[in-house]
Amino acid sequence: MSSIWEYANPKKFIQTTDKVLPWVSILSALALVIGLIWGFFFTPDDYRQGSTVKIIYLHVPSALMAINAWLMMLVASLIWIVRRHHVSALAARAAAPVGMIMTVIALVTGAIWGQPMWGTWWAWDPRLTSFLILFLFYLGYMALWAAIENDDTAADLTSVLCLVGSVFALLSRYAVNFWNQGLHQGASLSLDKEENVADVFYHPLLICIAGFVLLFIALVLLRTRTEIRARRMRALLARERMG
Amino acid sequence: MGIEVSDLSVARGGIKVLEGVSFKLAPDRVLILRGPNGIGKTTLLRAIAGLQPPLGGTISCAPDSLVYAAHADGLKATLSVVENLTFWAQVFGTKDISPAMAAFDLTTLADRPAGALSAGQKRRLGLARLLVTGRPIWILDEPTVSLDVDAVAMFAGAVRAHLAGGGSALMATHIDLGLTEADTLDIAGFRAKAPAPDDFDGAFL
Amino acid sequence: MIALLIRDLKLAMRAGGGFGLGLAFFLIVVTLVPFGVGPKSSLLAAIAPGILWLGALLACLLSLDRIFALDWEDGSLDLLATAPLPMEAIVSVKALAHWLTTGLPLVLATPVFGLLLNLPLAGYTPLILSLLIGTPALSVIGTFGAALTVGLKRGGLLLSLLVLPLYVPTLIFGAEMARRGVAGLDITTPMSMLAGITCGTIALLPFASAAALRVNLR
Repeated sequence: MSSIWEYANPKKFIQTTDKVLPWVSILSALALVIGLIWGFFFTPDDYRQGSTVKIIYLHVPSALMAINAWLMMLVASLIWIVRRHHVSALAARAAAPVGMIMTVIALVTGAIWGQPMWGTWWAWDPRLTSFLILFLFYLGYMALWAAIENDDTAADLTSVLCLVGSVFALLSRYAVNFWNQGLHQGASLSLDKEENVADVFYHPLLICIAGFVLLFIALVLLRTRTEIRARRMRALLARERMG
Repeated sequence: MGIEVSDLSVARGGIKVLEGVSFKLAPDRVLILRGPNGIGKTTLLRAIAGLQPPLGGTISCAPDSLVYAAHADGLKATLSVVENLTFWAQVFGTKDISPAMAAFDLTTLADRPAGALSAGQKRRLGLARLLVTGRPIWILDEPTVSLDVDAVAMFAGAVRAHLAGGGSALMATHIDLGLTEADTLDIAGFRAKAPAPDDFDGAFL
Repeated sequence: MIALLIRDLKLAMRAGGGFGLGLAFFLIVVTLVPFGVGPKSSLLAAIAPGILWLGALLACLLSLDRIFALDWEDGSLDLLATAPLPMEAIVSVKALAHWLTTGLPLVLATPVFGLLLNLPLAGYTPLILSLLIGTPALSVIGTFGAALTVGLKRGGLLLSLLVLPLYVPTLIFGAEMARRGVAGLDITTPMSMLAGITCGTIALLPFASAAALRVNLR
């Protein structure tokens, strides 16, 4: 009988990702190259923003992934708490640094974009502030993983932190909105056509987003494999000590 | 009332240390666990006390019948002997602490802060806590550490009185308490075997 | 439960209990601020609500690692865990004891410190009210952080790193309420949000703290 939980077996996971990982990596590279080249060189300059608008192809996808990475960690943490599959806990651990880097990319590209547009590198705008807080959450989460020696204890505690942190991250988002009305434009992608970016920018942006999603998946798979092997190595060493 | 443990396996630091532990502790009996250092006596006792979940197997005993005493006594240095004991009496919902004070010869030390007691006196206070809780099954981890000969006899007397009242005790100790009626269980025989190499890829333990 | 509360309060009051340290820290922060920003009264008055909130928050943070660390070291946490008290009750009582020994004194001292920072008269009531409503949340959230880090050596810095982001919503609504009060604006919205956060954390977070503590005790 095959079920999705089979992949929670570390051995099975490694075997499967052996086959999947190259494809995901290639697709990701392809999408990023096409999306970025199309976006950077084959779209017109915006009539107000000039060529600075093109940083959107890095800014929006990374910002999306910064949030989705946390969501993925939340799901993985829940799976660990409920079903206690080790791979799930390790995948959450693997996703954290990737999500944190995405947050940093979003913040940095945002600053580079904001400088010519708003005349400042940084403003205490709700969206910017929320991302900074998200960055702090990633930092705390990773620090807790690093601080605890026992793998299962670390997995349990970080899962609890991820759950509680998610609630507080959401609360912070609303609190920050209440605290300051911002400069930031509305959503770049939404179902409301009026608010959306123009079609010329839209298609390459979608490809870039797909590229970032695939990149994220590839990195998380790769890092989860590393974590599995590191964990197995620790277990082997422990067994050796036990004699 | 008693404890029945069957096919229990426990882990310490993510490594299985004991497996297949089975024994039965009847009321008015003492069971002494023996085994070399590091074999997992403390881990086993903590699992039975409910502090850590076992990897497998079952522990059955009546609810709210256990009291656990660890290596550390859990005393507050700035509270007096009476205050320390009274606190535990209140937590366990019992009233009278004077029998416990008398059993471990603490009456003269009643108002001394626990921080000013000697190591042996602290241990006596820690053991007096067992009497205060009123629980029938004592789970004791090295109860006689830093006790002198007289105090060990005092402790043996307390255990006997406890048994006479229908209680029972499970303890890990190296010292001969002079409890001739005690059963002993050498847990070295339950040492966990290393997992087979081929199922090692599938799990981490 | 009451026995545990009384014991914790007694321990805090006795020598080495650390009672009043938070208060002293709060005083030092308030004293240092004018050295940092200059003695101009109008400027101090403008930032007073924020500084007082921040000072209270940091003073609270300072004493968090004591919530469980001492009981962990002397083994009483193990014994409490096997006592007939649910873990949720233990962490709630611990949080309450922390608030009574740290949060409440800070709230009571705020009028004096407000004077030092030239807080406008209209600001006192909303500021004290906001601290009164908000500091219990700080204690409860802090107890969660302390439960996560109880087994760790040198957990103090990590504790701050974990807890400070969780303090963001409380700080925003608390300080906003105090600021609006000073400006003479309506404070109902931030007050109800702050009260909501406090009630929510008191109701739900002890379960998370208890779970973390159980994991740490195994």
